Amino acid sequence: MMSLSWTGVFGQLFAIVLALALAPLLTGWVNQCRAWLQNRKAPPLLQPYRMLHKLFHKDVVLAHGASALFRFAPFIIFGCMVLACAIIPSLSTDLPFAPAADALALVGVFGLARIFIALAGMDVGTSFGTLGGRREMLIGFLAEPALLMVIFTMAMIAQSTSVTTIVETLAHRELVIYPSIAFAGLAFTMVSFAENARVPVDNPATHLELTMIHEAMILEYSGRHLALLEWAASLKLYAYSCLGLALFFPWGIAERDNLLAMIAALPVLILKLTIGGAVVALIETINAKMRIFRAPEFLGTAFLLAVLGLLVRLLLESRV
Amino acid sequence: MLAIDALLIAACLWLAIGLAGLAAPRNMRFVAKTLFPLGALVGLAAGFVGLGSLGGPAQTAELVIGLPGLPFHLRLDNLAAVFLLLLGLVSAGISLYAAGYFSHDHGINLGALCLEYHVFLASMLMVLLADDAYAFMVAWETMALSSFLLVTTDHKHEAIRRAGFLYLLVAHVGAIAILLSFGVMTGGAGDYTFAGMRAQHLSPFWASIAFLLALFGFGAKAGLLPVHVWLPEAHPAAPSPVSALMSGVMLKTAIYGLLRVGFDLVGMTQWWWGVVALGVGLATAMFGVLYATVQSDMKRLLAYSSIENIGLLAVGIGLTLLFHSYKMEALAALSLTAVLFHCLAHAGFKSLLFLCTGSVLHATKERSLGKLGGLIHRMPWVAWLALAGVIAGAGLPPLSGFVSEWLLLQAFLFSPGLPHSWLNMIVPVAAAAVALTAALAGFALVKFYGIIFLGQMREPGLKDAHDAGPLEKVGLVWLMGLTLALGVLPSTIILKLDAATRQLLGKGLAERVTESGWWLLAPISPERASYAPVLFLATIVATLLLGRWLVRTLYHGRVRRSPAWDCGYHFQGPRAQDTAEGFSQPIRRIFEPMFRMTRHFPSIRDRQPIYTVKVEDHFWYWLYLPIARLANAVSALITRLQGGRIAFYLMYSFVTLILLLLVARP
Repeated sequence: MMSLSWTGVFGQLFAIVLALALAPLLTGWVNQCRAWLQNRKAPPLLQPYRMLHKLFHKDVVLAHGASALFRFAPFIIFGCMVLACAIIPSLSTDLPFAPAADALALVGVFGLARIFIALAGMDVGTSFGTLGGRREMLIGFLAEPALLMVIFTMAMIAQSTSVTTIVETLAHRELVIYPSIAFAGLAFTMVSFAENARVPVDNPATHLELTMIHEAMILEYSGRHLALLEWAASLKLYAYSCLGLALFFPWGIAERDNLLAMIAALPVLILKLTIGGAVVALIETINAKMRIFRAPEFLGTAFLLAVLGLLVRLLLESRV
Repeated sequence: MLAIDALLIAACLWLAIGLAGLAAPRNMRFVAKTLFPLGALVGLAAGFVGLGSLGGPAQTAELVIGLPGLPFHLRLDNLAAVFLLLLGLVSAGISLYAAGYFSHDHGINLGALCLEYHVFLASMLMVLLADDAYAFMVAWETMALSSFLLVTTDHKHEAIRRAGFLYLLVAHVGAIAILLSFGVMTGGAGDYTFAGMRAQHLSPFWASIAFLLALFGFGAKAGLLPVHVWLPEAHPAAPSPVSALMSGVMLKTAIYGLLRVGFDLVGMTQWWWGVVALGVGLATAMFGVLYATVQSDMKRLLAYSSIENIGLLAVGIGLTLLFHSYKMEALAALSLTAVLFHCLAHAGFKSLLFLCTGSVLHATKERSLGKLGGLIHRMPWVAWLALAGVIAGAGLPPLSGFVSEWLLLQAFLFSPGLPHSWLNMIVPVAAAAVALTAALAGFALVKFYGIIFLGQMREPGLKDAHDAGPLEKVGLVWLMGLTLALGVLPSTIILKLDAATRQLLGKGLAERVTESGWWLLAPISPERASYAPVLFLATIVATLLLGRWLVRTLYHGRVRRSPAWDCGYHFQGPRAQDTAEGFSQPIRRIFEPMFRMTRHFPSIRDRQPIYTVKVEDHFWYWLYLPIARLANAVSALITRLQGGRIAFYLMYSFVTLILLLLVARP
């Protein structure tokens, strides 16, 4: 586990660079698909990069009441997302950073980023910032237990909470649909939509004050800070997508010391992300945004599904 | 010199320091700036003695004080050493802070406070060392009494006197239960030493009675449901260093007592004890965290959060009992380690947070969240140190709260294999509740931090707020350091805790932990679960610095200041921000049946519309008030017997005597 191989170090660095590069592309692809599905003219695929470039060039305009926490938070959130991307196996399971955090700590990483973004939203002291912070924490405390239950189910199947071990175990299993995995997958999808500010729960494109969550917290950000937050948001989408793909479609991810498989893994990953992004856009298009107080029901359902998955695993599949 | 002798000297030194305070009660400089730091030094020494004696053989001593022929038996074993470590190290930080805190606080009798404070410390030390029921109860009651006096320091307010009375009442009901539990465990042999209790072989029935009495008695001290009502009253009433000491350290002595009885003295375990403790713990944790989210008083919020943490500790104890009764000692060791680790973690971060509220209170004279805000600009030290406490308290990596949560969840996760299938089903559902509790704790603490320290100042008076003084800062930094050390070096600390786990269960985690290196926490095996906080922290910090450097080199670092945008709204006074009540509105709405709410909505014709909401505890109305009414009714009945005439009283005595003679006929 702890042996440092050159392929491992290379694979790790490559995974991080790939995440940084691919994440905005994924966001761009989802936006493009959504525009097509909604009969709009689609923005170019590289639009998110242009936006990041533009934002990095701009001056930071800080509100008078902003404290140092406000300026630090984007960097910390960005750091958390990079760490998350580093420990989720996207190309290979040979990740030297993987022992830093298992699946439970991964939930903790997302929690840390969430706390900082909520606090940053409250920092300037505007009406929208505090409202967004409150709503983000509401979604957070509903989504986090559901996500943990999904991870529990997967961890029980693999007898491990290490993400790489889970993926290795699941990839070697014969192709049978377990009911527990189906429940967990459904719950995971619902949680990822909520966590990534996607349509049934939040609308990333909205600037309607009464409905927004994520946007409300980052309203006061500008320039490089906003760029980092936008990039972190796309990294989060990428991390969740890769986690979902790794847990529920683990095929094609290279295992350690297998250079050939690593090279083959890249096109597979891109293919999987392309399909995944299109599915996200489809779900976003056919759903309407819910009222904020429907979110507890939505995430409560996700939680129940996850617990159901766990119980099914314990009661029906314990001999499998 | 034996470690136990050193600890007795520490207790005597604390008493001496307290008495010295009484000698010069009006000399603020001497009492605050000299005696309290000395107390901190003694605490530090006691903590290191505790640390040093971990893993060593148990030491015993006898103190010939008290009743003739009934000496105090004392014993220092690994379990006691863990809690002595906690007491010493945490109280050192609190005492240093108190030295700064009380030197500003005029109008209280500082000499008396110094005596009560140090008697409180010494009595907690004696609770941990006691090795017979007599010494234990004397120390336990001294602890209750001295803390009662500390709670009522500001006794001119009626609310504080009421809080103190409630505390004393619950403490004594609990103490009676503990005494009865000890009585049951002696098995009628008349030997009240703990060694005598260990030698008794109780029947399962009597062992269960003893355990349940202990759970109730220690639960009353710790704040388990439904005997938690004193906690949210007493903690806010006490001065902040005292709240910190009560929440951080005193509640842990109750956990110590529960561990001592449950794993050491009773000598057997029934599986359903674990289920009871698990259920009570879960109910307490959920209740505590839900009520924490809706509080508007910063110290009450923290007090409810302590109830939540105590609940989590009870969950861990329940899980340990369950595994222990089925001889699954590896898992029992894992969950017991989680309990011990969380005791240390909670002592550190909760004391830190309580002390931060003390600084806020001194700087602003205000404890209502709705009147604070924006203090990060005026009190940067306190604000940044409180942030560490908040991250740890919310159970987030890489600080201390996360490690215990992680260990506890791991224990839950690898539990299938219990002999009852319904137990196997309860365990994951309990884990789900623990996960929900942890997530809600994040909500409560973001509210706490965001409303006090961030945003605009809600009251004009806050402009004059000042940061903590130098001694206060040292105390806060020390506690922050403990929180960070626990969070970043968990393996090193678990190696130390292992001696206690081994003493209680005969098995520990040490081999596994040393196998995988100091930087990696892998209690079962690295393939199954691992967490490396050092690597974790390093990655985030490296990305942060690298990102900042890259952005500045490739682009620029220009910053302009301007008024907040706020979607173009023109009026952005401090009143546009969320209040404490507003922030918790979603929780009140989602968990409505859990709260007893009285709301007042203004009508459209109100000239001065006021919206109020008051959230109260159901238990108070469903449990405590009926008991109080019953007591009143019974005493009203008994009053009838008192006619005020001697003849009647003589007749009562005569009738009683006759009855007794009839009953006690040989």
